[in-house]
Order: sequence, then C-alpha cells, then structure tokens
Amino acid sequence: MDLELSPSELEFQAEARAWLAANVPTEPLPSMDTAEGWVLHQEWEKKLTEARYSVVSWPKEYHGREASLIEWVIFEEEYYRAGAPGRVSQNGIFLLAPIIFEHGTKEQQDRFLPTMASGERVWAQCWSEPEAGSDLASLRSTATRDDARGGWVLNGQKTWSSRATFAHWGFGLFRSDPEAARHAGLTYFLFPLDADGITVRPIAQLDGEAGFAEVFFEDVFVPDADVLGAPGDGWRVAMSTAGNERGLSLRSPGRFCAAADRLVDLWRTNGADHPEQREAVVDAWIRAQAYRLYTWGTVTRLAGGGDMGAAGSVNKVFWSELDVALHETGLDLLGAEAELESRWTDGYIFSLSGPIYAGTNEIQRNIVAERILGLPREAKGAGK
Amino acid sequence: MKFTWTEEQQAFADSLESLLAASDTVSVARAWAEDDTAAGLRLWGRLAEQGVNALMVAEDAGGMGATGVELAIAFEALGRHAVPGPWVESAAYLPVALGADAVASELAEGAVGTVAVAPHVPHALDADIAAHVYVIDGGAARRGTVGERLHSVDNTRRLFRVAGDAPATLDGDLAAAFDTAALATSAQLLGAGERLLDEAVAYVKQRRQFGREIGSYQAIKHKLADVRIALDFARPLVNGAALSLGSDEATRDVAAAKVFTAEAAYLASRVALQVHGAIGYTRELDLSIWIMKVRALLTAWGTPAHHRGQVLEALVGAGA
Repeated sequence: MDLELSPSELEFQAEARAWLAANVPTEPLPSMDTAEGWVLHQEWEKKLTEARYSVVSWPKEYHGREASLIEWVIFEEEYYRAGAPGRVSQNGIFLLAPIIFEHGTKEQQDRFLPTMASGERVWAQCWSEPEAGSDLASLRSTATRDDARGGWVLNGQKTWSSRATFAHWGFGLFRSDPEAARHAGLTYFLFPLDADGITVRPIAQLDGEAGFAEVFFEDVFVPDADVLGAPGDGWRVAMSTAGNERGLSLRSPGRFCAAADRLVDLWRTNGADHPEQREAVVDAWIRAQAYRLYTWGTVTRLAGGGDMGAAGSVNKVFWSELDVALHETGLDLLGAEAELESRWTDGYIFSLSGPIYAGTNEIQRNIVAERILGLPREAKGAGK
Repeated sequence: MKFTWTEEQQAFADSLESLLAASDTVSVARAWAEDDTAAGLRLWGRLAEQGVNALMVAEDAGGMGATGVELAIAFEALGRHAVPGPWVESAAYLPVALGADAVASELAEGAVGTVAVAPHVPHALDADIAAHVYVIDGGAARRGTVGERLHSVDNTRRLFRVAGDAPATLDGDLAAAFDTAALATSAQLLGAGERLLDEAVAYVKQRRQFGREIGSYQAIKHKLADVRIALDFARPLVNGAALSLGSDEATRDVAAAKVFTAEAAYLASRVALQVHGAIGYTRELDLSIWIMKVRALLTAWGTPAHHRGQVLEALVGAGA
C-alpha cells in the first residue's frame, strides 16, 4: 500500500500547476448561467483545449492527452486548488462522453467529441420530467418511429435540464415502445436544442440564475444517426451515465480539498470571533481528506480492472453532504455578514442541489442498503 | 500509487482472521472481564506467534519493524473480534517508546506490558498481569506500581490505577509512540464498527415485524446505509494515517483518523443497538461487548476534542 506518485506523474502535476498558475483568471468569472458568463466560460474552455487540458484522459484525436486515471485526479486537484472556473461543458464531458465512448459509433464519436471537448458545443442533460423524477423509468415523453424519413419523432416535456438555457445540444431518454415494461422500450437520443419543434423555457434556480430549463418537444424529428446505442436499450445506456454522475467523475476530491483549505483560511481570520465553529471547521477538513483518500482507493480499484458498482452511491451521499456542511460552516464563520452575497453564499446555494441531483440521497441510501448490504427490496408501487 | 493492501498484507489479514474466527473470542472476552485471564493469555501467545506483538518493535531489538499498515490490519482484526488485553499498550505504544531497550525484545516475544500516559491515558489496562508497567508523565517515564482495580463501561477493559515509581529511561520517541497507539485504537474502532454493522445487518434480515423483514423498511435501511458510508470513509483515513506514521504529518493524520473513525464506530454502535431493539439492550447478547467497547475506545488514547485540537494546530499553526 502506498500513496506515492511516480516521477512522470509528478512531472505532469508540476506542468499542470504551472500552466494553471499562469492562465487561471485572477477574478472569478460571472456565473456561467448568465449570457455574459456563458461566453466567458466558453472562452475559458477554448483556452483549456488549446493547452490540451480540457479532457486530459481522452484520446489525442479528440483533444485529450491520454492521461491515466491517476493523472486525471491529479489534474482535478490542481484545477480546483488553482481556483479555476467551473466547467460549462461538464454535462457533456463527464456524463455524456463516457456513454459515447462506450455505446456510440465511430462516426458519432468523430462527430460529437471534438466540439464537446473544446466547449464549442455545450450539452444539456434532459432526463427528468414533471412526473418522472426519482422514478425516472416512469417517464412519458415518446419517440415514434418514422420509417419514411429514417428516424424518430419526439414528443413530450423534460425539465430541470441543467445548462439547457444556453446549451446547443441535449441528450435524453424517450419511450420508443409504449407496450414494453417500464425500463424496457426506452431509447437514448441526441438532439440540437434549436431543432424545429423544441421550445426551451429557462427556470431560475435558487440563486436567481437560469441554470436549468424546461424543454418541450413537439414533433421533433431525430435521424437514426443521432440515436445512442440500440433503440429500446436506453435504460441500460443511461444507467452507465448515472454511475458516472454519482461516482468519480463529477465530484473530484480537488473541489472539496480546495474548499476545505479556504475554510481553514477563513478560520484563521474569523475564528477568534467564532470559537464555537472550531469543531465544524476541523470536521470539514477531515471529511475532505477522507474523500481525497477514498478517491485514491477507488482509482486503485478501477485501475486494477474493478468497477464502480454501487460504491458510487456511497460516494455521492458523502460528497454532497460534505459540500453543504462545509459551506454552512463558512457562512457561520461570517457571523451576521453571512447573508450578504459572496463566494460563500454562491458555494452554499450550489451545494444545496447536491443532495437532490444525480439521484436524491434517499435513493442512494436505498441503493447502498439493497445492493451493498443486501437488505430486502421494498415492494414498489403499482404505477407504470 | 496503489492505495490498497499488497498480497502479503492481505495474507496477513486473512491469517489473523482465520485464527481469531476459530478462537471463540467472545468467551475469551467474557472470561477476561471476570478476571479469568487464562484463555486470553493463551490467545495472546498465539497472536505473538503470528508476529502481532513484534510488528512495531525495531528490527535491531528483535522485532519486525513493520509499517503502520500491518499494525492497522492487526488492530482491525483485534477490534472485530473484541480480543481483550493491553494490545495497544504492548504492541503499539511501548515498542515505539522503548526503542532499542531490551524490554522491547521481550514484548516482541509476547511479554505483557502496559502503560498509563498522562493526561490522555490516566489508567493502565491489565496492570496486575503485566510484566512491565510504565507511567509516563510530562515526557518522563517511570516504572509503575499497581493500585486499585477500576471498572470501565467496557468490562473487558480491566483498568488499574498506577503510580510512578523508579525512573525509567525510554530510548524511543514518546510522541511517535502516542501517534502509533492512537492509530492502533482507530483501527480497533474500525474493526469494532464493521462487526457492529455485520451483526445489525444479519439481524434485520431475519427479524420480521408487520409481516416482513424489518430490513426492508427504509427507516432501517437508511440508518444502516449511513453506517456503511461512514465506515467506508473511515477506512481510507486509517490507511492514510498508517502510511503517514513517521512523517511530519503523522500526528495530524492519525488525529483525523481517530476523530472520524471513532464517530463512525459510535454511529455503528448506536444504530446496531437501535435496530436490535430491546434484545440489543441486554448484556447477554454478544452485541453488548462491542457497544461498550466502542464507547470506551471513543475517549481512549486521546478524546475527540484532543485530536480535533491536534488537527487544527497542524493546519493553522501553534497558538490557534
């Protein structure tokens, strides 16, 4: 057992650190969920891409540098330590790309991955529906076969689609076989959000910005070339995305270690006035450290050929609750000034979404109990 | 970078597990609590043959000079099986504190040693049967004389008042010894926590109420899931601290592991008790051994408040 980085990993780390130090904007960018911030975040992605830092673990032909999983974690640690901007392309590069690599055709990979990597084309996730949240498999939006045109016609409504307000393309599940049982008969589609028949209606989030949107589909034609995986196989394809979202890829330890370090800095200046926060500050740092070490264990397992499995659910509950606690403590250290908008309120409001998205923490706890501890499954309701 | 046990470390864990699983450690612990230490001392001897007592003894003192990782493996197994005796004292603290002293060689061979370390470890375990009793106060070591028998909530922890007598010279590093002891205690807590979760999961799968297994109810599932999650994040802290022993970050990393693992194990004890209901509240059920052990280990070798202070001091510098 060891935690030593190899000479080439250390070299990669030093290079990434130096590049970030020289290139990360000195002032935080405006929110990516505003028109102004969106453009600046896309420009930042372009800069990352030119230095081959936007998707370090991808193949070279798609703007990557074929970095190992260990190097990816190193990069993420450096990225957040440097205080670099949030990733506007996150839903594409972390959630959709792994599916395109696994289930997409070579033609789809060549067509979609390069512009996804560069942030030129930003992707939005269209999963939830008004009546299908935690129970995603009950979704009702339909895909009807159109043999004459060689494709499918989409109808229905998606909601809580992150980044859809400004994004260019979307990905989501539609019911292509109304006769099949819940999980069967779903198909995974990719579609431009400016297609005929699509209406995007922005929804202001808790912070007031339109970070997600409703997306309405009215007879939207999608050619066969934009179906991901086989028709009817969408659930299996989508669930590999869910594992990515919960597990390693979305919440790299760097985020929390950097935030915990900022919390310790805040303690240095404000701790004397708020000694009652001592325990919470230490516990946030310990948890960030636990998350970092846990991730190295996961990386070791994955590098050895293991898979994420239900451990992604263990991970998701932990980081999302850590993120809330960490920011709550930051606010507590600000005392009566805490309500004023600041980096801490931004982080706090963002953290509140963590226990909800990517499968609520209640769903995750069910998964941990049933798939890891082997407890009996609860009888499900009769609804379709 | 390989943050998992090597094959040798896995084999060591497996051999301890098979020895302890076949040793009826619950009966050993119950007898030990009644001052009948014969079976426990026989088990002590068998574990010494496996090398547990020699792990942290320096090679030039006849020990194995093993790493913190092997120490954590051994103490997790001791915690899982509730093995009684002054293990932290004999196999973690004293080997490091004694350094090249001849007594370290005796301990490696299986001699029983114990120690009180003011102010965090005020009393000494099993001092009446120990060949070597030490009292450490303000960095000075003395031979200890055995006083009154005290009663821990964990009745398998036979505590004694000890008083400092003739000065003793210890060759080793007392701060490093304390880190080592706190790491061993953390690993014991991890093992105890895992055992409590195993017992709780087994119980809720077979106990039926309102016509179904109670483990099928979400109220039960979510409590147990929280224990699984807490223990899953305690383990890497213990392993990280094990690798950190001897480094500049050792005190910080061990303290972090002790705080978090104690909290995780304590949660395991509370949840295991709760899901068992009234039967869990009996001394007769073996679960009681681990419930009380966790409560005792929570404050042994540094309270959570002490260790949080250590972490904070390391992070913000002295005087914070």
